[in-house]
Amino acid sequence: MNLIASSAFALLLAVSVASADEAALDKRVMDLAAELRCLVCQNQSLAESNAGLAVDLRNQIRAQLARGASEREVVDFMVARYGDFVLYRPPLKASTFLLWFGPFVLLIAGICVLILRIRRQGKMNRQLSEAERLRAEQLLKE
Amino acid sequence: MTPELGQFALCLALIVALAQSFFPLLGASRQNFGWMALARPAAQAQALLVAFAFGCLTYAFVANDFSVAYVAAHSNSALPLHYRVAGVWGGHEGSLLLWALMLGVWMTAVSLFSTHLPEEIVARVLGVMGLVSAGFLAFLLFTSNPFDRLLPPAADGRDLNPLLQDPGMVLHPPMLYMGYVGFSVAFAFAVAALLSGRLDATWARWSRPWTTVAWAFLTVGIALGSGWAYYELGWGGWWFWDPAGNASFMPWLGVTALIHSLAVTEKRGAFRSWTVLLAIVAFALSLLGTFLVRSGVLTSVHAFAVDPARGVFILALFVLLIGGALVLFAWRTSRIGLGGSFELASRESALLANNVLLAVAAVSVMLGTLYPLVLDALGVGKISVGPPYFEAVFVPLMAPALFLMGVGPLARWKRTSLPELAVLLRWALGVSLAIGLALPFAFGRWSALVGFGLALAVWVASTAFLAWKKRPTHSRAHLGMVVAHLGVAVFVVGVTLVKGYEAEKDLKMKPGDSLELAGYTFLLEDVSAADGPNYRAARARIAVSREGKPVTVLYPEKRVYTVQDMPMTEAAIDPGLTRDLYVSLGDPLEGAYWLVKVQHKPFVDWVWAGCLIMALGGLLAASDRRYRVAARERSGAEATA
Amino acid sequence: MKLAWIGIIFIALVSLLAVGLRLDPREVPSPLIGKPAPHFELPVLQQPGKTFSEKDLQGRVWILNVWASWCVACRDEHPVLVEFSKSAATPLYGLNYKDSRDDALGWLKRFGDPYRLSAFDLDGRIGIDYGVYGVPETYVIDKRGVIRYKRIGPVTGELVRDKLVPLLNELDRE
Repeated sequence: MNLIASSAFALLLAVSVASADEAALDKRVMDLAAELRCLVCQNQSLAESNAGLAVDLRNQIRAQLARGASEREVVDFMVARYGDFVLYRPPLKASTFLLWFGPFVLLIAGICVLILRIRRQGKMNRQLSEAERLRAEQLLKE
Repeated sequence: MTPELGQFALCLALIVALAQSFFPLLGASRQNFGWMALARPAAQAQALLVAFAFGCLTYAFVANDFSVAYVAAHSNSALPLHYRVAGVWGGHEGSLLLWALMLGVWMTAVSLFSTHLPEEIVARVLGVMGLVSAGFLAFLLFTSNPFDRLLPPAADGRDLNPLLQDPGMVLHPPMLYMGYVGFSVAFAFAVAALLSGRLDATWARWSRPWTTVAWAFLTVGIALGSGWAYYELGWGGWWFWDPAGNASFMPWLGVTALIHSLAVTEKRGAFRSWTVLLAIVAFALSLLGTFLVRSGVLTSVHAFAVDPARGVFILALFVLLIGGALVLFAWRTSRIGLGGSFELASRESALLANNVLLAVAAVSVMLGTLYPLVLDALGVGKISVGPPYFEAVFVPLMAPALFLMGVGPLARWKRTSLPELAVLLRWALGVSLAIGLALPFAFGRWSALVGFGLALAVWVASTAFLAWKKRPTHSRAHLGMVVAHLGVAVFVVGVTLVKGYEAEKDLKMKPGDSLELAGYTFLLEDVSAADGPNYRAARARIAVSREGKPVTVLYPEKRVYTVQDMPMTEAAIDPGLTRDLYVSLGDPLEGAYWLVKVQHKPFVDWVWAGCLIMALGGLLAASDRRYRVAARERSGAEATA
Repeated sequence: MKLAWIGIIFIALVSLLAVGLRLDPREVPSPLIGKPAPHFELPVLQQPGKTFSEKDLQGRVWILNVWASWCVACRDEHPVLVEFSKSAATPLYGLNYKDSRDDALGWLKRFGDPYRLSAFDLDGRIGIDYGVYGVPETYVIDKRGVIRYKRIGPVTGELVRDKLVPLLNELDRE
């Protein structure tokens, strides 16, 4: 009786762990698929598309992740066959430095220019008003 | 006969447009009042002619005139009437005619509501708009004529793209174009100011309501486009960072910067040259957007049928209009001075910083959209730039901008005391941090990103409230600002919560199966045939319940539109204040099984509600007394004289 | 100074767009050019008992054409391939992609069979290895088994004349 109960329990546990694993695998597959482009669609990710190739590639991803491949390895697999075009997150290479760092460099440059300009304008205005004050004093003396 | 009349009307309109630009512009520089006076009637005549042409095309659609090539390509006799009308702007040529129509509407509005403006300025503004209009009418007549005949006539049409047979489609392009095209008014005011050499606060005051109203329309247009994609494309996405979406978002960012910059130029006479430049750039972004979706240079889910030859024309128009304006800018402004005198800690600085952030954000969107083209043109290879890039770059840029939204309205002009500001903001900061830290727990899973987003949203909302409270009386302009900023807060809440907590499940189901998600139970009751006027469909009945109590019944469909043999997923959505339930039917499988996808989207409707509130705020601000006072005074003076 | 920047950016943007008008954003170059043809061992369409591998053609220049009976564009290029196989020395092999054997054989019977044989890739796994995303696709493989050229989309008469024949001559001489 005890044996049956404990084996049933073990089975139940295994099944629930397996389905939790299943859900976790699902999530990994979909997260990765969302980063890859569907090549036969206009502009959809592998996660969104229902095209034949997209389904095939999602199955590939699932099979590889289930076998223990890392996300990195799966991505390399796809890029080896389809090129960088398949990545929705552009790889960081010399040719994409401008893409990835451009906006932030521009932001910092913009803020610096802004601060310098405002300061310089403030200084000029103070000098100007200083000059005006002196002149006003002079005029009053006359 | 009617199509030919329409085409003739367009030809006439082109001639009038050329006259509308030639005479008033020349007249303004020579102080020839006769020529300047031509501007208003010419604008109105042009608008009438374009409206007539538009009417002819609509008639061709409604009457199923398949001897017109455009009608044959985008309509069908089985297409319901309201979609036949919407089909007028369902393709490239017709949507351009819609562009021209909207331009006519704006020109008429300027001609009617500008009685308080000097004749010289009106002449110049309408003159510049006439040039833009001439460009687009020429584009229509020479490369994209909607009235081209198809002989022999088709027996029946190829039907409107099923993706466009939707209520959202009826409103989205007109709203979007009202925005896009409306920026030509700001552009025209900027060029007029440059031509007249009058870059002062008055120019900003005149141009501000027009710009704000156009901005409101674009906000609504983009929201409608996003909502339509959510509803229609069937997979629950509402923003894709795709070239077409980005093409409308870039001008939006530019004009948001512009309306803030105009505020400073109007009130303080500062940023004059920068504001003019921004007005030119914002319209340039509108034209760029038009170019991107019609030239074939980039692909997107709803780019038009593409043609590089047309691309060349738009590019030429872009060079002429924008290049010309920039040359004029360089000539008339000795340097881009900031103007005015203000400290580093002041409202002016905060608004300037806002401008920098929005400008960099617009640049980042443009960079991401065009980068694949850059690398391809340089022969370096082909890459894709998708949502992961934009989310990584754009979102961090917006965070400081959202923070500044709290500081700007409460800072004083010229010089603000930081300690005083800190005291004012202390309460708002505390509330934001508290809610940001605590609220995610209510959703079951704490997340730093969600907390951060919520904190920013509460910050924007509470500082907007503070700004409102601080004023003893409220002008509509100020109230509009408060409302618009609240709209932003609502938007941020929606985006944060839906991205943080949305959930979905795909399952093979047959009638009788059920599926659980987010506490809701979805029971597939049956799948039956549900054909429509121009499609065959399979419709599922899904009963939704929560804790045993029925919530709603949803009817997702899988349709095949007969003419183009095109499959479509019609998702079924149960909207709600705190969540949308989204069900779509996939492909049929063996046995009686269907692939069913169910999604739980918390607070997604706040995304679009936020946009609508923003637009409302804009309209409120634009209706402020001070823009109408001059007109009233004038008519009052005339009455007593 | 600032104004010069605006001018530069404007001109750069317009030039980029002008160049862009002559490019096709949907054409995706293959990363496999210059790399060895991925290995496969597939059953032969016409003779299920037999297998075919790319290794069988080591030392020869050959062409691999990916096709399917459900592919509409394949019908467009098929006459060109039939014509080509009659006159050219380079052998043409097919990769039947995600098709049913009966449909594929019927299709060849109806439209002609230019292939020495066709390998049968039922689940499309080999197609993935070759980076196939839009049928038809055609690969030119050299004597060392390296992919030297890939055509995405139908092969046209002009393509054969202007690109393939010169390339094949060059590869034969290696």
